[in-house]
Amino acid sequence: MTTTVADHHHDEVPKGITRWLFTTNHKDIGTLYLWFSFIMFLVGGAMALVIRAELFQPGLQVVDPHFYNQMVTVHALIMIFGAIMPGFVGFANWMIPMMIGAPDMALPRMNNWSFWLLPFATSLLILSLFVPGGGPAAGWTIYPPLSVQGGMGVDLTIFTIHILGMSSILGAINIIATIMNMRAPGMTLMKMPLFIWTWVITAFLLIAAMPVLAGAVTMLLTDRHFGTAFFDPAGGGDPVMFQHIFWFFGHPEEYILILPAFGIISQVIPTFARKPLFGYTSMVFATAGIAFLSFIVWAHHMYTVGMPLSGELFFMYSTMLIAIPTGVKIFNWMATMWRGSMTFETPMLYAIATVALFTVGGLTGLMMAITPADFQYHDTYFIVAHFHYVIFCGSVLGMFAGVYYWLPKWTGHMYDETLGKWHFWLTIIAFNVTFFPQHFLGFAGMPRRIPDYSLQFAEFNVISSIGGFVLGFSQLILLVVVIKAIRGGKKASAEVWENPEGLEWTVPSPAPYHTFATAPEVK
Amino acid sequence: MTESSRQKSNRRVAGWLSLWVVGMFGFGYALVPLYDIFCEITGLNGKSATLSEVSAKPLEVDRSRTVTVEFAVNVSGIPWQVDRPETVRLKVHPGEAMTVTYAAHSLTDTLSAGQAVPSVSPARAARHFRKTECFCFTRQELAPRESKVMPVTFVVDPALPEEVKTITLSYAVYPAKDIEPANS
Repeated sequence: MTTTVADHHHDEVPKGITRWLFTTNHKDIGTLYLWFSFIMFLVGGAMALVIRAELFQPGLQVVDPHFYNQMVTVHALIMIFGAIMPGFVGFANWMIPMMIGAPDMALPRMNNWSFWLLPFATSLLILSLFVPGGGPAAGWTIYPPLSVQGGMGVDLTIFTIHILGMSSILGAINIIATIMNMRAPGMTLMKMPLFIWTWVITAFLLIAAMPVLAGAVTMLLTDRHFGTAFFDPAGGGDPVMFQHIFWFFGHPEEYILILPAFGIISQVIPTFARKPLFGYTSMVFATAGIAFLSFIVWAHHMYTVGMPLSGELFFMYSTMLIAIPTGVKIFNWMATMWRGSMTFETPMLYAIATVALFTVGGLTGLMMAITPADFQYHDTYFIVAHFHYVIFCGSVLGMFAGVYYWLPKWTGHMYDETLGKWHFWLTIIAFNVTFFPQHFLGFAGMPRRIPDYSLQFAEFNVISSIGGFVLGFSQLILLVVVIKAIRGGKKASAEVWENPEGLEWTVPSPAPYHTFATAPEVK
Repeated sequence: MTESSRQKSNRRVAGWLSLWVVGMFGFGYALVPLYDIFCEITGLNGKSATLSEVSAKPLEVDRSRTVTVEFAVNVSGIPWQVDRPETVRLKVHPGEAMTVTYAAHSLTDTLSAGQAVPSVSPARAARHFRKTECFCFTRQELAPRESKVMPVTFVVDPALPEEVKTITLSYAVYPAKDIEPANS
C-alpha cells in the first residue's frame, strides 16, 4: 500500500507563502486549521486569565465591569468557534482521507476557502473590542434585549458568526461528501473507524444547526437596524423566542463540540489497551442517538423563563434520556480497557482523563436536567463548572489525546514523552483546582458573569484563580512539544505504536504530501 | 468509480446538502410564526385572546364566582405618563363585560407616538381573558402636552380554570415603531 513511492514525482511540495494561501492539499489545510485553532486557544485562554485575575479578590481591581463582560463573552465565542470547532475540522482534514483511503477531500478548493474565511471572521470579533462601545458584552448567547441595545461591536459579532457559520457549513459539506463518496473499495459503512462515524454525524448536526443560528442572528441584526420586531417587545416581538431559536442551535452545537472527541478517544483507547474497541456497533448507534436527542432537548437551558409544567417535564425527561447513549459509550470504553495490556503513553493518559472527567461533567449535567434542582443552579458557577468539565475535559482533552497520538504521523518524529507527561499532569491537576471549587461556589449561590462577589466566596475564588493561571501557562508546554517534534527527535516508524488499527498507519511517517493516489484494498 | 463520475457525485452531494442548509435557514425563520401559533393555541406566554376570536354570542354570566382583575402599566423610552384605571383591583363575575380606562399624558412639546403591548398573567388565564376593545398594538399619537383617555373593555370567559382567582392585565408602553405588529 506504499503507493507513494511509485508516484514520487507528484510529491513536490510547493514553496513559500503561496503554498499556504492557495493550497488544496488536505494535509496542508489540516495543518493550517490546527495552528489556527491553537493560536485561538491561547488568545481565548488569555481572556480567561483576565477573568480569573479580576475574580482573584472580591471588589473591582483589574478591569472595569463592562470590559469584564466583554472578556466573558469573547472568551466563550473564541474558544467555541475559533479554537474547538476549527481544531476538530483540522483533525478531520488530516485524518479522514488517510483513514478511509482517499487521496484528498472531495472538494479541495472549497476546503481552502472554508479555512481562509476563519482568520477574517475572528479578526472582526477581536476588532469589535476596539470600536466605540466595545465588543459584545451580553454573554456568548447574545440574548436580547441586551444584544439589541449594544453598540457597533454587536454588529461585528453578528457578522463574525455569519462568516464562521459559513466556514463550518462548507467544512461539513466537504466532510460528508468525502465520507460518502471517497472511501476505499471494501470499506463499508460499518467498517469505518469510529472517528469517521462521529465526524459524519457531527457534520450532519452542523448542517442542521448552524443555519438556524445564522437565521437567529440575522433576525437580531434586522431588529437592531431595520425596524423589524422579532425579539423587541416594543413591536410585539418576544425576547424569549430568541432563547428558543438560539438553543435549538445551541444544544446540537454542544454535541458538535464533543462527538469528534469521542471519535478520537475511540481510536486511542484500543491502540493502548491492545484490544479492539468493545461494542463498535453500539458505539455507532449511541452516537446517532445522541445526535437525534440533541434536537429535542433545547429548552433545558431555559427552565426558568416560565414554561408550563408539561413543557418542563418533557424537556426534563428527554434530557435525562441522553444519559443512556452516553452511558453506553462510557461503558464501552471501560470494557475496551478491561483486561487489556495497557500502557500509559501521553495520548492514552489524555484519553483516560477524558473518559473520567467528562463523566464528572455528565453527572452534573444530569443534576441540572432535573427542573426543580436547576432553578437553584441556573446562572450560577455550578453551570460554569459543569460546562468546563464537559467542554474542556471532553473536547479539549480529547483533542490533546489526538495531537499526541497522531503527531508522530504528522511530523515523522516522536514527541518528547517526558514533556508530554508534564503537560498532562499539570493540565489535569490545574484544571481540577480551577473548576472543582466552582461547583461549591455555585451551590452557595455565586452568580456567573459578574465581576464582583460577596466576601464568603473569596477563598474558593483564590484557589480557582491560582489553578487557572497554572492551567493557562501549562499549555505553552504543548507548543514546545509540537515545535520540538517538527524540528527533530526520534524517527517514527510507519506504525508508530504497537499494532495500531487503521489505514493511516500503513503510510510512512511523516505522511507523504500525497497519499493513496491509488486506493488501497480493504479486506 | 472513475475520477469524473466521482467528481459528479461529489458535486451532487454538495448540491443536496446546500439545499438542506438553505432549508434550515428558512426553518429558523419559520420558528417565529410556529412559536406564535403554538403560544396562541396554548395561551402560553400571556398572549391573550385576540379581538377577532371573540364571538358575537354573549357569554353566560356566572354570578356564583368572582375573579379579581388587576391593572398595571409601565412606560419605557417615551416621555409619556400613563395612568392606570382608578380602580386598580376590580372584582368581576366571569362572563360580565367591564370597561376601564387608562389615561395617557404627553410630557413633551412635540408630537409623539407610542404603542402598548399587553400581557396577561398567569399564563393559563391568558386565553380566557378577552378584550373586546383595546388600544393595544395600535399606534397612539399624542399632540404636544395632550391627554387621551384609552378605554379597555374585557370579558373573563367562564371557562377560566377554577383555581385562578386573580388575573393581572399589564401594559408596557413603548415608542411606536412604524411597522406592522407581529400579532394583534
